[in-house]
Amino acid sequence: MSKGETLGEALRRQGITRRGFLKFCAATASMMALPPSMVPAIAAALEKAMRPSVIWLSFQECTGCTESLTRSHSPTVEGLIFDTISLDYHHTLQAASGAAAEAAREAAMEENYGKYILVVDGSIPIANPGYSTIAGISNESMLRDTAKGAAAIVSVGTCAAYGGIPKAKPNPTGAVAVSDIIKDKPIINVPGCPPIPVVITGVLAHFLTFGSIPELDALGRPKAYYGQSIHDRCYRRPFYDKGLFANTFDDEGAKKGWCLYKLGCKGPTTYNACATTKWNEGISFPIEAGHPCLGCSEPGFWDGGGFYKALSMPTEDITEAAVYAVGAGAAAGVALGTINRATKARATKAHEKVTINDLEKVADDD
Amino acid sequence: MTETELLLWVRGPGLQIATVIFLLGIVVRLAEILMLGRKKNLAEARGSAVAGGLRTILTRSIPDPGTMKRSTFNVVAGYIFHIGLFITLLFFAPHILLFEDVLGISWPALPTPVIDAVTVVTIIALLAVLIHRLRHPVMRFLSGFEDYLVWLVTILPLVTGYLAFHRVGIAPPPTLIAIHILSVELLMVVFPFTKLMHTFSLFMARYYNGAIAGYKGVNS
Repeated sequence: MSKGETLGEALRRQGITRRGFLKFCAATASMMALPPSMVPAIAAALEKAMRPSVIWLSFQECTGCTESLTRSHSPTVEGLIFDTISLDYHHTLQAASGAAAEAAREAAMEENYGKYILVVDGSIPIANPGYSTIAGISNESMLRDTAKGAAAIVSVGTCAAYGGIPKAKPNPTGAVAVSDIIKDKPIINVPGCPPIPVVITGVLAHFLTFGSIPELDALGRPKAYYGQSIHDRCYRRPFYDKGLFANTFDDEGAKKGWCLYKLGCKGPTTYNACATTKWNEGISFPIEAGHPCLGCSEPGFWDGGGFYKALSMPTEDITEAAVYAVGAGAAAGVALGTINRATKARATKAHEKVTINDLEKVADDD
Repeated sequence: MTETELLLWVRGPGLQIATVIFLLGIVVRLAEILMLGRKKNLAEARGSAVAGGLRTILTRSIPDPGTMKRSTFNVVAGYIFHIGLFITLLFFAPHILLFEDVLGISWPALPTPVIDAVTVVTIIALLAVLIHRLRHPVMRFLSGFEDYLVWLVTILPLVTGYLAFHRVGIAPPPTLIAIHILSVELLMVVFPFTKLMHTFSLFMARYYNGAIAGYKGVNS
């Protein structure tokens, strides 16, 4: 895509039909929970949108987020839209390396100052900057430096959004989320381990269409994609409601596709679009494949008390504590009972009988 | 503390602390009551104390016609919320998993829409008994701080459980569940030191009454 070309022109040049483009707009509108009347507006806006410059910074991450985007969708409209943005810096995907790559980043920042979108995946180590550097620059200083001229920041993946796996106990690198460092820029969190590709492209499409960030929930996630829990949209939900559960991964319940709550499913506390948009072009999602939800789009999911422990189960041994409590209670109860008896015996012993003469004496004294 | 950490705390150390206070308190109080002992009855037995005691445990569970007629509301609303509490506590699938984890035994769950409906009915019954308590001059006069505290810690788990189940958007879902568990832990901590102890002492009291009468050869 040459400079100055609009998104519509670029798409047509790559052989995307008007029909295909409108289908993408309609899908985007429905995913963002916008009324159908907004489809033409989205189409018009995207058609005219100038290619935005995107700088993608990868910090403490596993490249899973990039894999999710690039591998799971063989050329689709979403994929091309993504190609069509000007991805000016992405050290996994770009051809340049070393000083040339950094020069590309600096050039993009200068050229589009105040307008570029900054995408970040991975967490930032603050315990020691040496834990993760790029071209000798610490993650923290590169983030602060690049964030300055960004129009908005998209934290892709749970690591960038909430610290993710690097932040899991005992957090040896002192990993933090983007939002822990950058406070003065709009940040859109697109968590997931990895996030659904269409959610990332959808967020970018929203930004291109409206020039603003989508409506976010309390955790900074776009409500359009993270507005409902996995549990509420799960196709296995009727089994939960009927009390039909898989007890192991190969029992009758598992084979019949019953609810995976007992196997530790975090669906009830996890907000994501997995159950609706699904993965691999809408083929399936973890629960459909027979595995409970890990809750990967929630903060601290790695330390959530065990992936295979049901949400309502205690995370510590309660039985042992209960046995000790009953034992200690019995001992204390018997001791108190004995003291009570002794007190009573003393009172009985000290009891002096009152005679009628005593009472008369008291009456005389008055 | 993040919402996940809070949930982890209430599911772990929080529950441990609450369980220890709950059981320790109950056992201490029951032991104290049992150690009060009874004076030896020198009168000749006219019937079986044990049979009378056991019979009374059973018969006192059914309201006698006189009480039913005099305070219909208390009996009906009282039964509704007690039965509702037991159903929601013992037959909701996630609760059974908790018992299974701690006690090692399990039983079938009721469908969630049934639990949901029972919860609503129980909350309504509990609200009704509070209104009745406030409006009835005698009951109001007899009620103190403890009575209202006990009512509050009883209704809180139901309300918070309902909010958590429906994920009402006042807080993130892990926080809602954490608040629900916390409310149960509050109930457990308050339990041994308040009138809530009747859950355990009531059968002893009934047996005691029945046994006295049984020994004398009369029905209690």
